[in-house]
Amino acid sequence: MSSFEPSTELIRLSAAALAAKLKAGEVSAVEVTQAHLDRIASVDGEINAFLHVNTNEALAVAAEVDGIRAAGGAAAEELHQLAGVPIAVKDLIVTIGQPTTAGSKILEGWRSPYDATVVRKLRAAKMPILGKTNLDEFAMGSSTEHSAYGPTRNPWDLERIPGGSGGGSAAAVAAFEAPLALGTDTGGSIRQPGAVTGTVGVKPTYGAVSRYGAIAMASSLDQIGPVSRTVLDSALLQEVIGGHDPYDSTSLTDPFDNLVAAARTGNVEGMRIGIIKELHGEGYQAGVENRFNESLELLKEAGAEIVEVSCPNFKYALGAYYLIMPSEVSSNLAKFDGVRYGMRVLPKDGPLTIERVMAATRAAGFGDEVKRRIILGTYALSAGYYDAYYGSAQKVRTLIQRDFAAAFAQADVLISPTAPTTAFKLGEKLNDPLAMYLNDVATIPANMAGVPGLSLPGGLADEDGLPVGIQLLAPAREDARVYRVGAVLESLLEEKWGGPLLAQAPVLDSNSTVAGGSL
Amino acid sequence: MSVDTILSFEEAMEKYDPVLGFEVHVELNTRTKMFSSAPNVFGDDPNTNVNEVDLGMPGVLPVVNKAAVESSIKIGLALNCKIAESCRFARKNYFYPDTPKNFQTSQYDEPIAYDGWLDVELEDGTVFRVEIERAHMEEDAGKLTHLGGQAGRIQGADYSLVDYNRAGVPLVEIVTKPIEGAGSRAPELAKAYVAAVREIVKNLGVSEARMERGNVRCDANVSLRPHGQERFGIRSETKNVNSLRAVEHAVRYEIQRHAAVLESGVPVTQETRHWHEDTRSTTAGREKSDADDYRYFPEPDLVPVVASREWVEELRATLPEPPAERRKRLKEAWGYSDLEFRDVVNAGVMDSIEETIAAGAAVGLTADAARKWWMGEIVGRAKAADVDPADLGVTPQAIVELNQLVVDGKINNKMASQVLDGVLAGEGAPAEIVEKRGLAMVSDDGPLLEAIDAALAAQPDVADKIRGGKVQAIGAIVGGVMKATRGQADAGRVRELILEKLGVQG
Amino acid sequence: MAAINRDDVAHLARLARIEMSAEELDRMAGELAVIVDSVKSVSEVAGEDVPATSHPIPLSNVFREDVVGHVLTPAEALSGAPDSEDDRFKVPAILDEE
Repeated sequence: MSSFEPSTELIRLSAAALAAKLKAGEVSAVEVTQAHLDRIASVDGEINAFLHVNTNEALAVAAEVDGIRAAGGAAAEELHQLAGVPIAVKDLIVTIGQPTTAGSKILEGWRSPYDATVVRKLRAAKMPILGKTNLDEFAMGSSTEHSAYGPTRNPWDLERIPGGSGGGSAAAVAAFEAPLALGTDTGGSIRQPGAVTGTVGVKPTYGAVSRYGAIAMASSLDQIGPVSRTVLDSALLQEVIGGHDPYDSTSLTDPFDNLVAAARTGNVEGMRIGIIKELHGEGYQAGVENRFNESLELLKEAGAEIVEVSCPNFKYALGAYYLIMPSEVSSNLAKFDGVRYGMRVLPKDGPLTIERVMAATRAAGFGDEVKRRIILGTYALSAGYYDAYYGSAQKVRTLIQRDFAAAFAQADVLISPTAPTTAFKLGEKLNDPLAMYLNDVATIPANMAGVPGLSLPGGLADEDGLPVGIQLLAPAREDARVYRVGAVLESLLEEKWGGPLLAQAPVLDSNSTVAGGSL
Repeated sequence: MSVDTILSFEEAMEKYDPVLGFEVHVELNTRTKMFSSAPNVFGDDPNTNVNEVDLGMPGVLPVVNKAAVESSIKIGLALNCKIAESCRFARKNYFYPDTPKNFQTSQYDEPIAYDGWLDVELEDGTVFRVEIERAHMEEDAGKLTHLGGQAGRIQGADYSLVDYNRAGVPLVEIVTKPIEGAGSRAPELAKAYVAAVREIVKNLGVSEARMERGNVRCDANVSLRPHGQERFGIRSETKNVNSLRAVEHAVRYEIQRHAAVLESGVPVTQETRHWHEDTRSTTAGREKSDADDYRYFPEPDLVPVVASREWVEELRATLPEPPAERRKRLKEAWGYSDLEFRDVVNAGVMDSIEETIAAGAAVGLTADAARKWWMGEIVGRAKAADVDPADLGVTPQAIVELNQLVVDGKINNKMASQVLDGVLAGEGAPAEIVEKRGLAMVSDDGPLLEAIDAALAAQPDVADKIRGGKVQAIGAIVGGVMKATRGQADAGRVRELILEKLGVQG
Repeated sequence: MAAINRDDVAHLARLARIEMSAEELDRMAGELAVIVDSVKSVSEVAGEDVPATSHPIPLSNVFREDVVGHVLTPAEALSGAPDSEDDRFKVPAILDEE
């Protein structure tokens, strides 16, 4: 690798490496944070990963960490290992002191009077929050093109999408604007952007990370998780944000503190890794399929046993998902009505009643995709259709869980491509909702069953030179397994590539102006 | 607003049988709300008892209040319901500005309690069994104030103001099965049923049960069918009938209105009606436009409530004696007649009498004495002061002392009444008041004999009559003595002494 | 299952409180028809005997003790309100006059 300027080098370090340098006193938290703020200022005009940059507060937190370290003593000893390591937060997660828009016009200018539980945990660990990242409006989309604040671009190719809904978080990490980010994953919104940007993204077991303060899209599917450039970094971050939260009734009480150790295990010998017959092959891009097979070979060489499993009901997962998700969406988004917060729009003509104000506000405040899903969900729940739609979809959910149970009887971890294709072009699927939805076909089953899933870079597709994601799935509560296998596969692949995949990403033009919203 | 035609109640009853149904909402008196830790307090300044959950802010999640679940189970048990082994919450979706999330978290197909009954006693002692369909948990909405237009009315208001303090207050909704066979007693039964539910939740200690504060609210369903017809008629649902008297009046009014509609040959419209206390009539409410389709589905943010049998039995063991059983027990123990006991209950002094008897047990205070004090002295004063008798400020202990003073012959009944005034005026315990006011009865015969001599001397003609055998004339002399002693003499003793003096047999 | 048409969409949009122009209704009806068609197989998959799953990880009896926690000040509560008066949220008339 060529040499970089010091600040440039800092931004290329992993969170674990930054933490080590900070602890050793080789670099200050202010320097680390400033380096990332500089990088944001330099490249985000092109990427548009950030909707808001939190310069002052991030630097203040960094300075506090430096002060504690300089003073030494017990307080310095007690600092969290990631103290001073900056992070970006998906703008679906509420934060005191910064706007939270959910990527929607309807929340433009709104400031939350409370912090999400995960944000409280970041603050307790004294991790400077760099800002809020772009997303498809209310996390509905697979391309971040449905943001009301303009699309985010893929650092690998600015004409392509960074995935979605968490394209902002993935692109920020891929473009070295942040070493870590938080995402939310309802049907693949952490993992699919990870796949198409060459980064790591994890959807933990449902309930492993508190959802309190993540603006709900589909409550029974949503899960907050880490976005990073290495598997170990995601493990470190999940240990910060995870754990039981009395504010979330679906939060698990199980301890999830063995993830970093799992990522450091270093072997997969004797582990049974299951290929899901239904999640590769037909419908998957050739380059994706090739990289997938390559990963299988590497794991086999490392001593894993590769088995094939069948999950016959996965073919109904997408359909069931597009009934359950919009149903919950239609109810979760009802609160955005122009009464208590956010935008209010008055009807152009006719009587001024609250009913008409609500309808005008929601018409102006929501984008097309959001409206589509609200209407679809309203339909699926409405009298006479509930049993056929929502009720049936919940039954399919049971069948998917049974498929997983059977598969995990044969394999310790399941493996598949994360997404059927590499990053598509901006606008390519914008007018074809179904084609867009199909991009989540491999990620949705994990949300339906609540099991953990990790996506890591699997190399570049031969035909377009764009990143391919490999997905690892484990039984519920066994998040440690995806970290263990993920870290091993990551090191085998990096050995093969001679360094991290992102080292091969094109250098970004740094003459552009800062994206709107900073300060 | 058009005025509905109504038939007289008697005419309605000649042709039709009413079928009733009630949905009673009970606000629980838990310290915090159903799904948030904000305080559940009535009457505070607007939007001071809210947090982000109550306001339905983006990102918030509900967490169930365990005390509210326990109160709900207790209500279910007191209504002789089965308690579901497992039940869930569901979302009831409709847009309304008093509903912060634009859905109400409620229960739908899996209520916590179901299949119960309640024996309701009418004023004449007739017992009517009302079957309970279900009791389920849900949350209250905020409070809207309509301004502009006709003050306080939703129709014609220019705008409304919303206070979410009440949003999220725990509610239990109690739903009856259709109540048939009440006939002309339907209005009376309606009132008695709501009163019985109110009494039960108050007795359980799970609700303040103050109807004027909306702690107990009633929606009354009424339909009519011609005598002999099996099939139910079309019903109306009269919302928010919020006093016992109003429940009776509203049911009566709806019966009369339905009868008039049916008589005119038009089918009754299934609709929501609003009760107006001022005109004692109902008007058609405009339907919330989503009323036909609430799109219920299981609340994904909450997990099922599993009521183990051990938990249910633990709660059952904490239940107080049911009001009806208690009344039966007390009536027998006290030996009151039906009429006496009913008067005591209606006057609201049953608890006070029970406490008074307990406090006076050591000195042998009788149930009749306790009743006479409360019914004879205190109820009237309470009525004059417009408070509940128990809230007047007379303790059972004070009654016991007062009674003992009379039994011991230290004061007479007339004085006792004055002592009671002293108690109410905060002058201290009865014995102190007797002393302070100088009310001790004159029991030394010396001063009495002097007074008798004076009275006989003042009315010699009367003295002669008595001597002559006309003992009934003695009243005039007794009166004179009482007047001279300012009422502090024992009239019985005075009579004895006069007869002794005149040598006449009483 | 019946296909979704323009009138259905108009009804649903009213239920969901989203004002829609005639063009939007037409477009939405077309898009939803395709989506509904693609998901209709779901209703034919699972039999009577298959229970519904509403929560991915089964839990029960998650409760909060009845202990008072924090509240917002009225100023915080109303900080994002489009309109307010006397510490209350202000909304236009609820019913139109008829």
